[in-house]
Amino acid sequence: MKMKLATVALSALIAAGPALADLTFPSLSYRTGAYAASGIPFADGYADYFTLLNERDGGIGGVKANVLECETGYNTEKGVECYESTKGQGALVYQPLSTGITYQLIPKATADGIPIHSMGYGRTSAKNGKVFSNVFNYPANYWDGASGAVNYLLEINGGDIKGKKIALVYHNSAYGKEPIRTLEELSKKHGFELSALPVDHPGQEQKSQWLQIRRDKPDYVLMWGWGVMNQVAVQEAANIRFPMENFIGIWWSGSENDVLPAGDAANGYKALTFHNVGTDFPLFDDLKKYVIDAGKAAGAGDQVGTVLYNRGLYAAMLAAEAAKKAQEISGKADITAADMRDGMEALEITEAKMAELGLPNFGPTFSVSCENHGGDALVGVTQWDATSKTWSLISDFKPTDGEVIGALIEEDSSAYATENNIAPRCN
Amino acid sequence: MFYREAGDFKTSYQSDSQTFPIKFDRYRYYVVLVVAFGIIPFIINDYWANSLLLPFLIYAIAAIGLNILVGYCGQVSLGTGGFMAVGAYSCYKLMTAFPETSMFIHVILSGGITAIVGVLFGLPSLRIKGFYLAVATLAAQFFLVWLFNRVPWFYNYSASGQINAPERDVFGIIITGPNAPAWATYLFCLIFLTLCALIARNLTRGTMGRTWMAIRDMDIAAEIIGVNPLKAKMTAFAVSSFFVGISGALFFALYLGAVEVGEAFGIQKSFLVLFMVIIGGLGSIFGSFAGAAFLVLLPVVLKVVGADMLGWPTDIVAHLQLVIVGGLIIVFLIMEPHGLAQLWRVAKEKLRLWPFPH
Repeated sequence: MKMKLATVALSALIAAGPALADLTFPSLSYRTGAYAASGIPFADGYADYFTLLNERDGGIGGVKANVLECETGYNTEKGVECYESTKGQGALVYQPLSTGITYQLIPKATADGIPIHSMGYGRTSAKNGKVFSNVFNYPANYWDGASGAVNYLLEINGGDIKGKKIALVYHNSAYGKEPIRTLEELSKKHGFELSALPVDHPGQEQKSQWLQIRRDKPDYVLMWGWGVMNQVAVQEAANIRFPMENFIGIWWSGSENDVLPAGDAANGYKALTFHNVGTDFPLFDDLKKYVIDAGKAAGAGDQVGTVLYNRGLYAAMLAAEAAKKAQEISGKADITAADMRDGMEALEITEAKMAELGLPNFGPTFSVSCENHGGDALVGVTQWDATSKTWSLISDFKPTDGEVIGALIEEDSSAYATENNIAPRCN
Repeated sequence: MFYREAGDFKTSYQSDSQTFPIKFDRYRYYVVLVVAFGIIPFIINDYWANSLLLPFLIYAIAAIGLNILVGYCGQVSLGTGGFMAVGAYSCYKLMTAFPETSMFIHVILSGGITAIVGVLFGLPSLRIKGFYLAVATLAAQFFLVWLFNRVPWFYNYSASGQINAPERDVFGIIITGPNAPAWATYLFCLIFLTLCALIARNLTRGTMGRTWMAIRDMDIAAEIIGVNPLKAKMTAFAVSSFFVGISGALFFALYLGAVEVGEAFGIQKSFLVLFMVIIGGLGSIFGSFAGAAFLVLLPVVLKVVGADMLGWPTDIVAHLQLVIVGGLIIVFLIMEPHGLAQLWRVAKEKLRLWPFPH
């Protein structure tokens, strides 16, 4: 009981921090724990892009961007703590990079009027802006990923995958379970056989799953993995001599960290993506000049150009563009979270805009509207080359099966709406 | 100086055996209650509630529960996370099945369901002891998490396998969901903690607590003097699981709001609560409070001091925290195996004599 007094005294100390007059972008990062290898490059990319804007352009619309980093360790309790401690400091948008934390923040952030951008993760049905007013998951979501993978398989099989066996190796969590419904629907539509193999957190133990794959001999293996699970899966696939070109990971299973440990055996492994790879873009010259050579890079500065770094960069770019849009709509430079939300809802990414930013063809073109918070759902495929140690885009950003996904999104979001008594917007 | 005991006479057995026999302690206890119930609810905000007070209150309930089992009855358990999950999932099922019923009833029923499950998994304790029992409860931990992940009925067939707390109220005041005011969630947990602590305190110094302690100290001797080991161990498992179940229900419904069983109620949770009990002090109700406060506050304090005030990189602070917590556990085990509660006891003895020790 005595400790409670100490608690109070301490909290008073914590709550005393002043609000900053900058544009605050909290980065709920994880540089520690089982998923650190995936979390570090993303956090670096996210921070570096804002550093670049501050150094080169003097911020966004003349106001400096302030990246408030908070370590979550991919843990939902710490995620809550981070959210509560940063939301009072003028946070504009949250990108928790964790499906678990996203689920947690959806109701909280909606009640607080702060937008969430869960780019390629989180709750897929949040695409339905009629129900999820403050959640955005453009440019693509898990169900687009599932459909994109199937479409790619259709493409390389001449449009027919009837009777093919497809196995899904997934992280046994909310994240990994997301694509199952869509894949089940698609298997009915296209007539392939689906088998789902769960892998428990953190995913170091996958012998039995791969033994089963070895026995069942599926034609293709899809993977929804994260962190250490990816490397283990690629290694296990190599061990049973599963043909790598038939092994396709989601975008969270397609970084350098995942394939390098398996060495040459990983050659030909494929992964989905919603942004381009490599450093062959004009923006990276500026990044080198203003950020890296100036010694202002986040973290160790050794992640530039990796897949997840680019994803962090892309996330920051979309956030900055939405902030610019918000400044344009509201007519003031110092925007609030509500303005930011409106800016995100009006965001439009065109080829011309990406070229202007120095990132031509870096991601798919898309536009966001009140009904559609998920963009146009274009998904590409990358492949790993073990000799040159690079990823390359082998299939450009292509549309996914909107018909199947749209129906599922409608179903899931309306269930959420009835459960939480949400009246649809955008009428 | 602080304790002026002169003239503080006890004229009845009742006053002599009360929880706080020293007047100064008793008054301090009343002051804490007044502050906790009468002052904090008026000045609390979301940050205090969600980052510090709610986790502290909820973990304190869990620590009291585990302390009864480990500290008072001597049955080592590594299944706390699993039992918290039972509380959380029963609360979820009850909340969705009976939306009109008061949350008080749901939380208490969740505790009751967990007590039944706890007794079921406690049955092996009649035959096995020590490390072997720890392994048996570890099996309970993994089994329960697997069960809640595997059987879709428990999460109402939702696509992601997550459970989300819908908005529910108590006497018209919303206490779950994002719109619940901080003071309401805080008070709700505080009421449960106060009740749990009072019940635990009175159970442990009554017949039941004495039989538990007899079993803990030497089970064969206890049996010879007429303690029924079946009854003692099963009641310990039931009461302990009841408290742990309540904390699990509150943890899900009020604190997190959305839970994924493997992540929220994994083996780390079992260890965290066990560390709270060990650092706080085995066999002490105050120790459960102290341990919970220590392990909830320490990471936040380190984060505030390291990352926010000194501006260190967040990953260094997070790693440092692991080092410090690990180091402290070792230091405690060596220097003070009876935990923070013993430190407090020693300090109090010294303070009572200060400034004129013998």
